[in-house]
Formats: sequence, structure tokens, C-alpha cells
Amino acid sequence: MIREYRTIEEVAGPLMLVKQVEGVKYDELGEIELPNGEVRRCRVLEVNGKNVLVQLFESSAGLNLAQSKVRFLGHGVELPVSPNMLGRVFNGMGEAIDGGAKLIPEKSLDINGTPINPAARYYPSEFIQTGVSTIDGLNTLVRGQKLPIFSGSGLHHANLAAQIARQAKVRGSDSKFAVVFAAVGITFEEADFFISDFKKTGAIDRTVLFINLASDAAIERISTPRMALTAAEYLAFECDMHVLVIITDITNYAEALREVSAARKEVPGRRGYPGYLYTDLATMYERAGRKMGSEGSITMIPILTMPEDDKTHPIPDLTGYITEGQIILSREMYRKGYMPPVDVLPSLSRLKDKGIGAGKTREDHAGTMNQLFSSYARGKEAKELMVVLGEAALTPMDRLYAKFADAFEEKYINQGFYENRSIEETLDLGWELLSILPKSEMKRIKPELVDKYWKTK
Amino acid sequence: MVEGKILKVSGPLVIAEGMREANMFDVVRVGEKRLIGEIIEIHGDRASIQVYEETAGIGRGDRVVSTGAPLSVELGPGLLTNIYDGIQRPLEAMREKCGSNITKGIDEPALDRAKRWHFTPALKFGDMVEAGDIYGTVEETEVLTHKIMVPPGKKGMIVELHEGDFRVTDRIGKLKLEDGTIEEIFLMQKWPVRVSRPYANKLPPVEPMISGQRVIDALFPIAKGGTACVPGPFGSGKTVVQHQLAKWSDVDLVVYIGCGERGNEMTDVLREFPELTDPRTGKSLMMRTVLIANTSDMPVAAREASIYTGITIAEYYRDMGYSVAVIADSTSRWAEALREMSGRLEEMPGEEGYPAYLTSRLAQFYERAGKVVCLGSEGREGALSAIGAVSPQGGDISEPVTQATLRIVKVFWGLDASLAYRRHFPAINWLNSYSLYRDRLSGWFSEHVSKSWMDNTARLLKTLQVESDLQEIVKLVGMDALSADDRLTLEVAQSIREDFLQQNAFEDDDSFTQLDKQDALISLIFSFGDKAQKAIDAGADIQKLSELSVREKIGRAKAVPYASYKQVYAAIDAEITEQIDALVSACAE
Repeated sequence: MIREYRTIEEVAGPLMLVKQVEGVKYDELGEIELPNGEVRRCRVLEVNGKNVLVQLFESSAGLNLAQSKVRFLGHGVELPVSPNMLGRVFNGMGEAIDGGAKLIPEKSLDINGTPINPAARYYPSEFIQTGVSTIDGLNTLVRGQKLPIFSGSGLHHANLAAQIARQAKVRGSDSKFAVVFAAVGITFEEADFFISDFKKTGAIDRTVLFINLASDAAIERISTPRMALTAAEYLAFECDMHVLVIITDITNYAEALREVSAARKEVPGRRGYPGYLYTDLATMYERAGRKMGSEGSITMIPILTMPEDDKTHPIPDLTGYITEGQIILSREMYRKGYMPPVDVLPSLSRLKDKGIGAGKTREDHAGTMNQLFSSYARGKEAKELMVVLGEAALTPMDRLYAKFADAFEEKYINQGFYENRSIEETLDLGWELLSILPKSEMKRIKPELVDKYWKTK
Repeated sequence: MVEGKILKVSGPLVIAEGMREANMFDVVRVGEKRLIGEIIEIHGDRASIQVYEETAGIGRGDRVVSTGAPLSVELGPGLLTNIYDGIQRPLEAMREKCGSNITKGIDEPALDRAKRWHFTPALKFGDMVEAGDIYGTVEETEVLTHKIMVPPGKKGMIVELHEGDFRVTDRIGKLKLEDGTIEEIFLMQKWPVRVSRPYANKLPPVEPMISGQRVIDALFPIAKGGTACVPGPFGSGKTVVQHQLAKWSDVDLVVYIGCGERGNEMTDVLREFPELTDPRTGKSLMMRTVLIANTSDMPVAAREASIYTGITIAEYYRDMGYSVAVIADSTSRWAEALREMSGRLEEMPGEEGYPAYLTSRLAQFYERAGKVVCLGSEGREGALSAIGAVSPQGGDISEPVTQATLRIVKVFWGLDASLAYRRHFPAINWLNSYSLYRDRLSGWFSEHVSKSWMDNTARLLKTLQVESDLQEIVKLVGMDALSADDRLTLEVAQSIREDFLQQNAFEDDDSFTQLDKQDALISLIFSFGDKAQKAIDAGADIQKLSELSVREKIGRAKAVPYASYKQVYAAIDAEITEQIDALVSACAE
């Protein structure tokens, strides 16, 4: 039996206090009926005796304490799912907004999901070719991985994400592939860029979009990524598809979370973000993966903009501790005009070692990757020294390394957003660049592989 | 049985009334689904309960029932090779029962109730026993004999003890206590996780825990029974260091606690360890491993309990006289769980919102490590080493968890992001890391490795220190300003960094290095340095010395298989002499 209450006591920011309620459970979904008949949704944050503290999902404008009614629905927030979600556009609360036919749901799933038993996970190990050298060659993405893009305001992360969504494929397999895209508090233009890019390339048919724009209620952002992930879980683990989830922008999500936390007057952690930000982010990111009993997988690429390009800001910092690596975009590369402006040295894919090598990519992948990294690092150091002391101060070897670093940036990193390189092309390009250096410097590659692949000029 | 009703629910914190009779830290079952919780505060008849499972669906008026016992773990055969969650529920069994996601209210005993173990008694009727004495043994895995011990606090005479195949809940015998009561003996005992298991007395640690990681063994060794921490920003390789220690440390048993970390990492351990061979026993590494996995998406309160669960299991094996390592990744996530509960309890926060008791809780955890004389009449010695990863926010080690940890532990392996960017792994910064055990372990190293070990390793550190000073000068005025001697020092230091300290965890012959091979490798590097120094004194050109082709061979020496390293190293050393001599005679002409 669902009871209605007219006992709203207090509304402050995203929070509302309802008194004298019976039988309400923690985390239950509620509906608020406004005097004009409009219905808004809310969620129970705290049960304290007969008082219930709820969090609104939409704006509180027009709420009237005396006449609004609240009813609790006896279950948590749910998303109706069906395979027909592909190709559709939803708002941040999971309602279709593309004007298409009404979705006939197969079932409804709780958007919070349940943790995956670590004993039931498969370790991600299948190479995904994104066609981007800096990712495939150096920070390889594998199925079931969560690899965020750390960006800054004004950098072209959207182009890179769209490029990945467009080009990504698992080699030698024709398994079903889908993209779930969650726009969290981004502008119309940015969302439009993705939608039109997906439409132009035909990717829209295999895509589910959840759109919460900057103009929508901030508080809705807390559920948008969870809606998207619930859809992704359904497609991956019940429809056996390989799902790529792109969430942009996590920074907006964290700000919404901070808003609720501040309204609850919780003790803040760093920079005013709640102490449970790590756990909260983890419950989203950890939904990526592969598990036993299902063919499908969820690979996640969350995008976040680092405030002031600061990697130690709590949002990128905590994200980095949960995700399996990060692709960092750099303003320096952007200024040089290199696209995608990936900052290679601090970027990392933790799962790369399991996804590369003979049978997956090529036997020389691991060695060349390490060699390119360390040579580029040394080249950059040499260049820094050159700025201070002039070229004459460098040893002949360091001069070669500096030359290598320049060539590496110009050819390897700077591939543009529309070039799709196969992994062989990426590896061969690596060898070509390494041949700037003497063969004896190839310390990180097994000698027999150096002999096999070394290119003489 | 005390029964109360729920008044308030706020995330993992539940407040129930009618609990005046309950004890602090009793385990309670909450709501219809009988979620597991623990009482952490009592005010009048209201008890604050931290719930180890997701509390969605719990509301006012739901029942809370106390079990009357504190949070305990089951100790007995079957722990090894298993994977548990933070409150010792077997994840593998839960997967078989409930599918691949963790649902609520699962009740599954930690030790398999159906499996039979062959028990061989060591004592017989009429033997007098005291706490810690060994009734007999069970071959738990191929590499570890599980000793069934008299539980702490018990003393008396054996009146019955049988050999045979028993389940953990079957009676294997009877014990007549001093007051005349008869007690049944089982393969399994229980112990509350928040209480450390007793021992006879503690000993100073004097033996190193060999990890096969060159930077650790040579520069910053940890003792068996010691404590260490590994702080580092994300991407600096904390987890790889921890995994390497779990794989290769020369201990009898490893308890690996994944506390609030990635699910895939635990899966990696779970899938990889059974495939790996322990170089000491030749058997699978999993046979000596217990895994505790409370990943970051699992309930936060159970994360708080997970490190206690892990260390209690480790203490139990220590009591059998084994050397055990507890590896916790990461204690920062544990501290965050503490902070979240503290916030919900509306306690006055200390630094950065962490509770004021953070330091004392951390100290209590690390103090459970140590080398001890175990209970029991035979005076067995066991050791428990504790290694905790710390994940400081933004890599800033001035934050409270790192600072509180550093005040307690004796070894600090500071991971450095800039080393990681250069792909220098393990990215342990040699300039700020330290080990307070180095002096204490010098006797052991001199006796078991070589007389020169301590001097040589000290020289490694000194060379690296000089290098960092010289680098400052190079940055200011360029390489040309340095004397030939100084440039040689830089070359040797570079060789130390690249050819000795860097170690590839993913390459078979490099992943683990025996101590004698480490010693030989250091000698090889210094052999080049010493001979080159003489050559410089004789007028040789440093540039030519640094370009000698033998240096590439030194660079590859670390990956030479153990079986053949002596011949190969001798050949390289001869080649060093030959090439340098050739250079000297060329410049003499």
C-alpha cells in the first residue's frame, strides 16, 4: 500500500525533510506531486525515527510545503531496459527524449547495481585497437578496462573520445559492439558534436545516449552515469555485447555530489569534496569489466577536465587511484599543434602488458613500447638541458636523443583525429623513429627482436 | 539474545534502540535479510551499528538481533588458496551459490564444512598440554603443514585424540581441563579479529625477508617480523611492488589483503598465482597464499574490517611457527573507511576529516607484526611481517595517513612518479627511502651472502647520492665542467640505476634475483667503475670508456638466467679488463 504524505517540513537546496512517515526504507525512490500535478522524483538519504531526509533529483522550484504530496514507491531508482535502447536518446533520468516510439521494457534494473564478485571476474586481456598510436602502441586499451582521459578546459578530449568510439575494434572478431554515451552536465554544443559525429559515421545505430546538459538540474547528474552503466550492464552481461561506455564530464558529476554533501553539512575532505568521493566514484568505475557466465564486456572511458590542469586535484587523483591507467592531454602538445595532444610520459595503461605481445599484437610490442618511452623521456631531458645551456653542451648521444624526441612528437603523437592506424603501422613507425638512435641503445628490446626488426637507414 | 528495533539509517550506519543488554563490538544481524553488522557505540539503549553490507531497503522498525559474539574469523585447514571478502566470507563459494554479483545477506561459512582433512596426532592419551601445544597436523597444501594447536587460554590433559579424516566441525578428541571439565577438540577454532593473538614474548628481528627485488634487498631491506610501507601516487607501481613481494618473498605464507582497491587486481592475483611456481618449493604460489578481497565497490564498513581479518589469519599461522607476510593494499582506503564511519557518527574530525584515533588504530595494526616466541612448551619462533601500501592524495606524503604510518613503520619505500614516467621500475626513490633494519641485518648478510655485501650496498647508495649532487651542477653549467673522475661517477651511477635497480617484473629471469646473483651483479658494475678509474688515471678518455661495447653486456647481465650467471658474469668481467686494457695501451702509444 502506498501512502501519500503532506508533511514536507523543510526544503533546502537539493534536500527535503518529510515528517511523520511510516515504513520508509533507506535508498527508496519517492515521488513528489506538486500542486499543479507535476511529478518529480527523490531518493531517501537518511531515515531518522519518523523523519526522512530525501534528495531531490530535479529542481525544487515551485515546490510548496503545504500542498505538495510525497509518496514512496517501495523500491530504489530503476531503469527500464530493452535491447531496443540502441539508437535511442534518453535524458539524465532515463526517459526517452528523441520523440521516438515508447520503449517496451524487458525489465527494470536498480541503477546502483551490485558489486562484481572478484572471484567471478575475468582478467581483461583482449587488445582493442583504437587506431590511435599513442594509445595502441604505448598505452594499450583492453576489453573490460577503465581508462579515463584527463583533460583540461579547451583541450580536444571530445575529438579524441569520438575518434576512439568511431575506430575501436577487437581484431579478428565480429562480436557485437555497442557504445553507451553519458553526457553529464556538458554544453549543448559538446553534446551535439558527439551526436552528429555518431550520426555521420553511422555509429548512432549501435549507441545509447544519456544526455544531461549543463542547463538541466545539477542534481540529476548523480544518477545519469548510473543510468548509463545500468544500460551498459544489461547490454553487456545479458545481451552479450561488447560495450564501450564514454562518460563526460566526471568533474561535473563530482561537483553535483559536493553540492549534496555540502547541503547535508557533512565534514568535507579535500577541497570541499565529500570524504566518500573515492568510494562513490569506485562504485561507478568498478562496474567495468568482464565476468564469468557472460560473453560481453564493459570497457569504460570516463573523461574529466582537471581544474587548472592540476593532476593532484581530488577528482583526477581519486579517479587515477581507481581506474586502470589514464590518458593525459597536455596543453604543451596542444600549443605545438600536435593532435591528439596526448602527454605520453605520465599516461599509462596498467593492463597493457596482458593485452600485447605475440598472438595479441606482435612479439616486439612490449620491448619497443619501453624503448620508445625511455628514449622519449631521455630526449625530453636533453631538450630541457639544451634550453638552459645551448646545444653545444650536450653530448653527441644526447643530441641524437633530442632529435628523436622531436621526430617522435611530430610523427608518432601528431596523427590527427581522422587517421586510423593499424597496430602494425604503429609498431613499424616506432621502429622507424628508433632508427634515429644507434642500435646499441636498444637496451630494452631483446637482442633477437632488434635483429629481426631493426631498420637500417 | 538481545533484540532491538532500528531508529535511524544513514548509509552504512544504523542506530537501533532496545540494545541496552548488548555488548560493545558484538556482531548483530540487521533487518529481514539478516545483514551483518557490528556495534561500535552504545548510548543508553541506543546502539550505533556499522553494517558490512549495502543497507538499501532497511527502514525504521526493522529488527536487529545480537549474536552475542564479537566479529571473529574461523581458523583451521582450508584457509590457504582461498579468497575471502572483508569479513571472511568465501568469495568462490558465494559465486557458485549466488552468481557473479555479490547480493545481500549471504551466509556462507568461511571454512568448507564438507571437506575432510587427514589429521595425524602428535600427542596421545594422558599427555599434558598447554595453550599453543600441537595436537597434531593436517597437510593443508603440498607446501604447508597445518598444525592444530591448543587454543590460547586452555590447559589440561588429553583424554581422547583420534587419527582419521575429519571435517572441520568433527570432534577429533577431548581435553580434560584443569578444573575437571571436558572440552571437545576440533580442527577449527575461532578468534575475534580486533584482539591480537597472544604469544610468549617478542624478539628483535635479525633475519631479512628476501624479496628478490634488488632495490629492496640491497638498499632498503625489510626484516622478517618487520614493518614497511609503500607510499606512492597513482601509476607509480605500488601494486606491482606489492604483488612482487607476495610472489617472491622467502616466507612460508602470504596473506594478501586487497582493501578498497581494484577488482581486476584481485582477479589478477587469483588467476596468476596458481600458474606461478615458488622458486623455493617448486610448487604453485597459490598454495601458500590467502587472499582477502574487499574491492572499492564493496561495502565500505567491511573494508574497515578486512585488514583485521587478514592479520588475524596471519597471526594464526605465525603461532604455528611460520614466517608470514601480510601485504595490505591499501591502508589509505582503510583509513577512508574509518573516516566515513567517523563522519556518520558525527565525531569531531581531526586532520582532513580523519578521526583523531587514526594514528592509534594504525599503530595497533602494525604492532601486531613482529618476530615472536609462540605459545606452547616447545618455544617455536614465528614471524609476522606487515607491509602496507599508502595512497596519498596527489602523491603528497605530508597527508595524515602517510605521516601517521611513517611514525610507526621501520622501512619506507617511497615511490616516485617522475621515476615511473621514465619507466624506471620499481620506482622506489633511492634518495628518500630508508630502512632502519640495515644495521641490524648486517650480521646475517655478512654470514650468508658475502663479507663485502654491506660495504658494496653502502657504496651503491653513496654513488647515487654523489650522482644527485653532480646532476645539480650539470644542470647549471653543463657536462663539460665536470672532471673525468666525476663523469665516471655519473657513468657508474647510471649503470647502477639502469643495470641494477631497474627490474622488470614481467620478465621471467629478471622478476626475481637471488642474493648471490645480486652480489655478483653489484661487483660487476663496480669492477667496471674501478678499472675505468685506473684507466682514467693512466690517461684514458672518459668518453671512449663510456662507449665501450662491454657496457651493453653489463646492461643485459641482470636478465641472465640464474643457472648460468656465474660463467656469463666471469666472461663479462674478463671482457671489461680486456677492453679497458686495450684502451689504456692505445692511449699510451
